[in-house]
Amino acid sequence: MPDNLGDTSAPLMATAASEGRAHDPTALGMVGIEKYFGLVCALRNINLEVGRNEIVGLIGDNGAGKSTLVKILTGVFPPTRGELSIAGRKVDWRGYSVLSAHAHGIETVYQDKSLGEKQALWRNFFIGREITLPFGFINVKREKEIAQEIMLSTIGFRGKGITVDSRASKLSGGERQGVAIGRAMHFEADLIILDEPTVALSLKEVRKVLNFVHKIKEAGKASIYISHDIQDVYEISDRFIVMDRGEIVASIAKKDISLKALDEFLLEYAHGLKDKEQS
Amino acid sequence: MKKGSAFFSVVARVEGLPIAVVLAALYLVFIILTPQVFLGYRIYMSFFQTVPPQLVLALGLTLVITAGEIDLSFPAVVALSGFLFAWSFKHGLPPWFGFLAGLAGGGLVGYINGVLVARVRVPSIMATLATQFFWYGVTILLAGGLQLDIAAVIPTLAHTIFTGRLFGVMPTQALWAVGLAAVMWFILNRHKFGEAIMFIGDNAEVARVMGINVESTRVALFTLMGLIAGFAGLILTSEINVFYPTQGGGFLLPVMAAVFIGGTSIAGGNGVIVGTVFGAYIIGSLEAGVVATGVGGYWVQLVEGLVMAASVILNIVISEGGVSVLSRAVRKWTVPDRPGSS
Repeated sequence: MPDNLGDTSAPLMATAASEGRAHDPTALGMVGIEKYFGLVCALRNINLEVGRNEIVGLIGDNGAGKSTLVKILTGVFPPTRGELSIAGRKVDWRGYSVLSAHAHGIETVYQDKSLGEKQALWRNFFIGREITLPFGFINVKREKEIAQEIMLSTIGFRGKGITVDSRASKLSGGERQGVAIGRAMHFEADLIILDEPTVALSLKEVRKVLNFVHKIKEAGKASIYISHDIQDVYEISDRFIVMDRGEIVASIAKKDISLKALDEFLLEYAHGLKDKEQS
Repeated sequence: MKKGSAFFSVVARVEGLPIAVVLAALYLVFIILTPQVFLGYRIYMSFFQTVPPQLVLALGLTLVITAGEIDLSFPAVVALSGFLFAWSFKHGLPPWFGFLAGLAGGGLVGYINGVLVARVRVPSIMATLATQFFWYGVTILLAGGLQLDIAAVIPTLAHTIFTGRLFGVMPTQALWAVGLAAVMWFILNRHKFGEAIMFIGDNAEVARVMGINVESTRVALFTLMGLIAGFAGLILTSEINVFYPTQGGGFLLPVMAAVFIGGTSIAGGNGVIVGTVFGAYIIGSLEAGVVATGVGGYWVQLVEGLVMAASVILNIVISEGGVSVLSRAVRKWTVPDRPGSS
């Protein structure tokens, strides 16, 4: 059976991986990204690089522009201006979509819209990228085999009574994010964006999600981790990017700052802005 | 002890089985009350003749409801496609041309519905309510309010193929309907298109971020529904050899009832094709069955309401984790509780 599995996943990997990528040290580079919604400026002069095996923590208050940035990266909508290169290759905004972001090796794990609740797990792994027989029919047997493989080996699922046929609603919040992360890793993502993956989870479930994120690092992939929780971000990130009102205001390597100092920096920053407003 | 839970989990897992049990129970009651009618084959042949148009419609509607949408315009399509078929036949065009015209008309209505819902973003209940009135209006205008008698269609090949009698007894439309049910089952459960429909009905945002083109899937879905409704109109008109401008008018609620009885969730995300097949037969045989038992025509609707309510409740109990509740109840009935066992 393992041989069989190897055969089935090989073509998938071939579609996701591209030859030129291996030599470029950056997974992602953004230059001068701006986004306007009508006259409202949501993002201003965003310059950001993410290394090939770097976990970047993206921190910022509500409305700082984190979600807008994620949506541009993942192809939900294009920026007003600016350049994006993935693994050293410039992205053409025309025709850049969710599917082409996937093809470029960018996968996203959302807070709450990663899985179809009423659908079986094997469907959730392959939705939008089905393994098909002729005429668009789904190769259910192969999808289930591979889903099983991802659950056991990639994300080390040991949930009691959970199989590839279980509906997503049967999983705990942490397990759902595990499925989404496992899916991203299966499809050979070079950069996995985690958009507030631990909101509304219990501490135990947050722990599970953080363990899944550690697996991203171990697998040699890059990640942008977005969260409100400074402790989580601090634990798993190599570098912190602080955003405020549509701009990047700081980029700090983990080795240069302690958790306490980072926390104080953010607090000071928030207070500083408040003072500015008042004056 | 284990038997109870195993039985219920099997019933719950096999698609459409709960509702098949309801259908079997219903027929059992009919057989006991009127064996002279329900032990013969004629009554079933008559169901195979009358149920298919509604079954075909219910199959299409199952997909629409699974996607979290609704289509109220299909009764008008039944009239429009019937008119296109009857009119072209009356004007000397071959029956196959009428069939294609009816399908094309249905597909066009469906496509317009899809564009209104997916691109213009009119909620489907309003969009299809409006198009339902509009296309009935168009049909009545085109027909001049008159019915068209097409008895001459009977000897044609198209009539024989779609609404003939296999071996002199079996209405062929029943076979077409069952064949379509099989095709729709594979589309919904084994095809990319069906998976997209389920995810869109479940959560359209999830579908979108996973790279499904939600808008074009919705347009395709409504177009398919239009085609299917067109086909239903064709087999209805061909079977009764007459077009009348208000045909299909009584189908809206029974067809919706068939879908919901079958276990398809009104919330979307989950459609049960097999359940719809049995649901359509329950709806289609209730009236004849109740009348045949001799309790009187006034009872028909009351019994229909009871059976529908019971079926829907059964589906909810079974699907919402009620299996364990049921099997626990069964255990209680069969094995007396010992202190400390729970």
